[in-house]
Amino acid sequence: MVKSPITGGGVRLRINGSEHLLQIEPRVTLLDALREYVHLNGTKKGCDQGQCGACTVHVDGRRVLACLTLASQVEGLAITTIEGLAVNGSLHPVQEAFIRHDAFQCGYCTSGQIMSAVGCIDEGRTESDTTVREYMSGNLCRCGAYPHIVAAVRDAAQAMDSGEGRSR
Amino acid sequence: MNNFEYVRATAIPDALKAVARQTGSRFLAGGTTMVDLMKCGVELPSALIDITRLPGLDTIEAGPTSVRIGALSRMSDVADHPTIRKEFPVLSESLWRGASAQLRNMATIGGNLMQRTRCSYFREPGVYGACNKRDPGSGCAALEGINRGHAVLGTSPSCIATNPGDFAVALVAFDATVHVENGKAQRRIPIDDFFLLPGDTPDLEHPLSSDELIVAVEVPTSSALRRSHYLKVRDRESYEFAAASAAVGLELEADGRTIRDVRIALGGIATRPWRARTAEEALVGRTFDEPTVRGASRLAIEGAVDHGENRFKIDLAPRVVARALLTVGGIT
Repeated sequence: MVKSPITGGGVRLRINGSEHLLQIEPRVTLLDALREYVHLNGTKKGCDQGQCGACTVHVDGRRVLACLTLASQVEGLAITTIEGLAVNGSLHPVQEAFIRHDAFQCGYCTSGQIMSAVGCIDEGRTESDTTVREYMSGNLCRCGAYPHIVAAVRDAAQAMDSGEGRSR
Repeated sequence: MNNFEYVRATAIPDALKAVARQTGSRFLAGGTTMVDLMKCGVELPSALIDITRLPGLDTIEAGPTSVRIGALSRMSDVADHPTIRKEFPVLSESLWRGASAQLRNMATIGGNLMQRTRCSYFREPGVYGACNKRDPGSGCAALEGINRGHAVLGTSPSCIATNPGDFAVALVAFDATVHVENGKAQRRIPIDDFFLLPGDTPDLEHPLSSDELIVAVEVPTSSALRRSHYLKVRDRESYEFAAASAAVGLELEADGRTIRDVRIALGGIATRPWRARTAEEALVGRTFDEPTVRGASRLAIEGAVDHGENRFKIDLAPRVVARALLTVGGIT
């Protein structure tokens, strides 16, 4: 059993392959831990109540919302953020597809969209526009860039399928 | 968010001991309801007992007589389970039509049963003082407020908050049981007894005591469960709570047209997942055709009371039931 008092204690997070020991209170969410303590600002705070998807990250390979996850809960698990997608400076195929398709306007939701899209493709939910829309519905875009986002997700899925890209 | 003590339990007895140690302790699973409501200032636990790493509670067994789902199974794992998808469609559909992919990767089946209403007056204590569910005796702001999403069945003068569940609607239609334990004893709660009507005590939603842990949900298999469907009608196509929904199942006699068994439960319109037994009884033994189905579907809403803006649910719900039944019956 692991206990952390109200005043907080050390929480060991494994983010994009690096260990971080944070002195934080139990109420600190994964989103705030990433942004305020580890200074990885790519993960965005939109609604902060699980409704917009801007804070999507991967925990043990599954897309989840960092705003409704307590940092303490994911101690020791593999956390991947948008900063961890590129390898040695080369972009992930989903990142490339978003650029190719101009799949954003203001860009605020984009890191969440991309993290969610990587999950969507991993889960194999890309056979039609309708399927992509259904399985990307947890990521809102107030600019309304949806048509380009759907095109980017399907294009990236194809690129990864044909071996031009790579999985996570 | 208030501060609290965090305890990560690694065995069920430890979790049960920890939750009993101080008043105001609560279990934490996927966190999609608990952390959300803590941010709203509705939930103020003194300690959170993280149960997500308890071993053995995330197994899914789809056997010949029942489907047993461990309480820590994620919504997405159950929705995508090959046997459940293929053989028991309503259980999969009611899960993947709920929430979003990210939330379904987080939320557990036990937590799903414990999710709380989306009533805005309940969720915003800083703005609305009156809420009998949150603060017994304070009144109900929804009665005279914006109540388009509120319940038309199972309401009381104290509360008209809608139960937001989808999966629970399927469980109610197919006579599931909820397995709980408290360290000394285990018990099985029939799903009909698991969701309480608000009455004078809308703050009491389940018959669980604070030291009891949900360990599994079990659904008996049946021909109707094999020929089942979940239809969810909502204001947008995806990622939205139901305006009205129906979980249905159908078994016909060997003649292929006489109804032997039918299950109907509704969501999005009642203070608890709502089993429509009168409608079911009106259909058993009858020939399955559109006029019969439409007639019986109207019985599903008997006793409904609207509060103005939610009047449309009384028209919508029987149509949702009828369309769901006609779909499983092959009349579309």
